[in-house]
Amino acid sequence: MPGRSIVALIGPNGCGKSTLLRLVAGLLRPAGGQIEIDGVPVTGPDPKIGFVFQEPRLLPWRDAAGNIAYPMELSGWGRERRDQQVRDLLGLVGLSEFAGARPHELSGGMRQRVAIARALALGPSVLLLDEPFSALDALTRERFNAELLRLWERTETTILLVTHSISEAILLADRVVVLSPRPGRVVADLPVEIDRAVRESDIDMLALGTTAAVIRAHLAGATDDPTPAELSAELRRRQRQRPVRIEELGEPAWFDPFAPEEPQ
Amino acid sequence: MSATPGRARGSIPSTGVRPRGGATLGGTAGRRRLDRWRRPIDVALAAGVFLVAWKLIVVVGGYPVFILPAPEVVAARFVSAWADGTMEPHAAQTLLEVVLGFSVGASLALVAGYVLARSRLAERVLSPYLVAAQATPILALAPLIALWFGSGLLSKVVICALIVFFPVAVATMVGLRSVDRRLLEMAHAYRATRWQLLVTLELPAALPGIMGGMRVGVTLAVVGAIIGEWAGGDRGLGVLINLARGSLFDIPLLFATLLTIALMGIALYVLVVLVERRLVGGRG
Repeated sequence: MPGRSIVALIGPNGCGKSTLLRLVAGLLRPAGGQIEIDGVPVTGPDPKIGFVFQEPRLLPWRDAAGNIAYPMELSGWGRERRDQQVRDLLGLVGLSEFAGARPHELSGGMRQRVAIARALALGPSVLLLDEPFSALDALTRERFNAELLRLWERTETTILLVTHSISEAILLADRVVVLSPRPGRVVADLPVEIDRAVRESDIDMLALGTTAAVIRAHLAGATDDPTPAELSAELRRRQRQRPVRIEELGEPAWFDPFAPEEPQ
Repeated sequence: MSATPGRARGSIPSTGVRPRGGATLGGTAGRRRLDRWRRPIDVALAAGVFLVAWKLIVVVGGYPVFILPAPEVVAARFVSAWADGTMEPHAAQTLLEVVLGFSVGASLALVAGYVLARSRLAERVLSPYLVAAQATPILALAPLIALWFGSGLLSKVVICALIVFFPVAVATMVGLRSVDRRLLEMAHAYRATRWQLLVTLELPAALPGIMGGMRVGVTLAVVGAIIGEWAGGDRGLGVLINLARGSLFDIPLLFATLLTIALMGIALYVLVVLVERRLVGGRG
């Protein structure tokens, strides 16, 4: 994974996306093999890595500033350096006015922004995000995607993002890695060759639709359902004629989070 | 245990910045102000009903003063006992025993609670003794403790500490065990050491539970002190009860002493609650 890029991991539940992220973060030890960052193997949690969890995981007894300062305190930063960094980060995530607010006084989106600022506290070179926006409503989520890109442009980080959302993956990532469940393996590694500015302005719906359809086709292969190859071929053929609407593509069965898991 | 009304609303003014949205906030603040005025009135009304009922029982039953003195008789004796210096040395002695015993017992219980929370082995091996010590009535142990530690201050402190130990130790253990695993993983990702984990995460997270144990503990400490004084001693509110019932045969004084004990318990309990609000308040 090259520096300064954004890679999205996408796949159904149980294919080990979150586990992979925790291996990279050094929170879990691999049973075999090795993970390297800049040629150095990961042996445990590292200040070069910032982790944003699915939930904000803020300390309820600390205000926003205190939560952002937490990793710096643990790393023994001096007070002045800490205060300066907290101010910068609060500004970066647009929460300068809420420095003294406790988590319960903040909205869900604000809390996740504090969590992102906290992950950036030690100036990491790699930012790991584990479905960071899945708890947010759709509108907030869209805004967060844009904000994350803005953050990424302003900081020197490589981002590895786990997501369930194809559109989120296309919007953000340079590369989309599709994983299959039990045993988890990489089914596809697709570059997103659309200019970011174009993706954000949603102009080229056709190109976006095509990329989405390709990812979907791979995801379909990632399930155990015998999806006919003709279906994805048909999808691609229709793609060439006009943008395919999401309803027409349909949802893979496992995409419904409330559906019971099918036995192997 | 009765939660004090209004605690969940956070009636201690928060120093933190509040999110915007003035209209609704102004509404709640207004209601809170009203509550603050109404609450003492509720309490006074309830106390009034209690006193009237007490007085009625005395009048209707026609009880003599050595069985059930009327509230105003007790009140008069309470004031005179404090005014003429009968009560003060005894109350001071009991308060000293309670404060020392509570401090010693709660401190040891915090350490023990931590050990029990950390080590399943320690919990398995030690908890039978802990529970047995708690299940044995302190009333039965008190004479033995007086025999071992004398009839001075030490034996009362030991009894208080013993009675405080169990609730605080159990609350600490449960509190530390129930720290959110997701927060622990978060702290681990930022390379918290064992000690940092305890100080910055586990203790603050367990604090509400620990303070709950302390609320129970502090009221029990008063009970412990009185029992210790009964088992042997020459000063303290427990001694004064014995004197008032026995050689002095001053039943209003006995009631005035009971009132002092109750007030002391309430005051200490409120003190713990205030400390708790100070430490835990504003978490939402």
